[in-house]
Amino acid sequence: MNFDFDSFTLFTGIALLVLMIPATYRLATGPTAIDRIVSINIIGTKSAVILVIIGSLFGRVEMFVDFALTYALLNFIGSLAAARYLHKTPPARGQVGEDE
Amino acid sequence: MDRNKTKSSPFYSWLVFGLLMLTWVVFSGFLDAFHLSLGVISCAFVTWISADLLFENRSDGPVARIKQVFRLAGYSVWLVYQIVLANIHLLKLSFIGQRALQPQIVRYECKLKSDFEKFLLANSITLTPGTVTMKIKGDTFYIHAISDVAAEGLDGEMEKRIAKCFES
Amino acid sequence: MSIFTIIAVVLICVGLLFFLGAAVGIMRFGDFYTRMHAAGKGDTLSSLLVLLGFGVYQLNNFQSFSESWPVLLVILKLIAISAFILLTSPTATHALMDSGWEDGIEPELKNDKPETNALEEDMPQPKQKEAQA
Repeated sequence: MNFDFDSFTLFTGIALLVLMIPATYRLATGPTAIDRIVSINIIGTKSAVILVIIGSLFGRVEMFVDFALTYALLNFIGSLAAARYLHKTPPARGQVGEDE
Repeated sequence: MDRNKTKSSPFYSWLVFGLLMLTWVVFSGFLDAFHLSLGVISCAFVTWISADLLFENRSDGPVARIKQVFRLAGYSVWLVYQIVLANIHLLKLSFIGQRALQPQIVRYECKLKSDFEKFLLANSITLTPGTVTMKIKGDTFYIHAISDVAAEGLDGEMEKRIAKCFES
Repeated sequence: MSIFTIIAVVLICVGLLFFLGAAVGIMRFGDFYTRMHAAGKGDTLSSLLVLLGFGVYQLNNFQSFSESWPVLLVILKLIAISAFILLTSPTATHALMDSGWEDGIEPELKNDKPETNALEEDMPQPKQKEAQA
């Protein structure tokens, strides 16, 4: 039995792309803005993994690992910034649905 | 206290410098004199402007810090086990669906003092089965639990483990 | 097929399984807060497992410390990414959940016990008090 790790890597990448579809669905239909931010966060984490997979396929892991690291950093900072931005709005609790 | 602080201060500067330098060497990958000297210059500059940001409590000596690092390593082994349990639980829940859930928000009072311990507790609560930290106000944690079992699981065992890591 | 390849394949397969759990949870759960459970837990461990799987696979090219420094560097970087994700993913989840609460997303709670929302009791509710007074 000969096992080709490159084909397995390719399969992993395709599987990750397929698993991005539910997040994309949430991104398209998510009822609130924060749902969409969460799905962006999930897609970003998966993209960092996919970058490592691309590096493994091209035989240049040492280069693509840096990209993956940068992507993970930017992903975290981006979601924190979005969370901070939405945090600034005054608490709407008890005001929802009250018309004046 | 003051004398203690002045005595341990150079140790912490060197510790920050060492951590930065380690990060530099791992991420740059060049070990020749030119790149290493660039690293020394940048790490010394960053240490000079922001050495006081990294460690909050500076009264512990080097020996206590090394002990804490080993205890934290032991704690993280336990935490990884809990994370695996949490993922299996999540896998089950996501295939059973909405009817298995009894979502609720519970209050949890913690006795930990420093911010780092609270950060660790909040992250550990998020990663263990069925619970996510929603909000922290002072010593009160508001935790979203996905079921009654998960809410009862918050019995303070994790807090005891974290407190044991940091006792001197 | 070396032992490292077998370990790598097992780690990556388990990671993909947990990614599947997270994805299904994100699609099926009906409430923002329960979806965050899936997002916060599932993604952390599964990306960790896949990255560490690739790190273990790189050990195949490792011969000695003097010759294989680049391989060792790649493994160290993969461990650094894993540690970074392990630290930051729960933090991002917490920040997003906090801002979701501040933004006024109503949590879907268990109906038969009214006291399940401890946060609602402790929140100051200026508007409602005004309306009552």
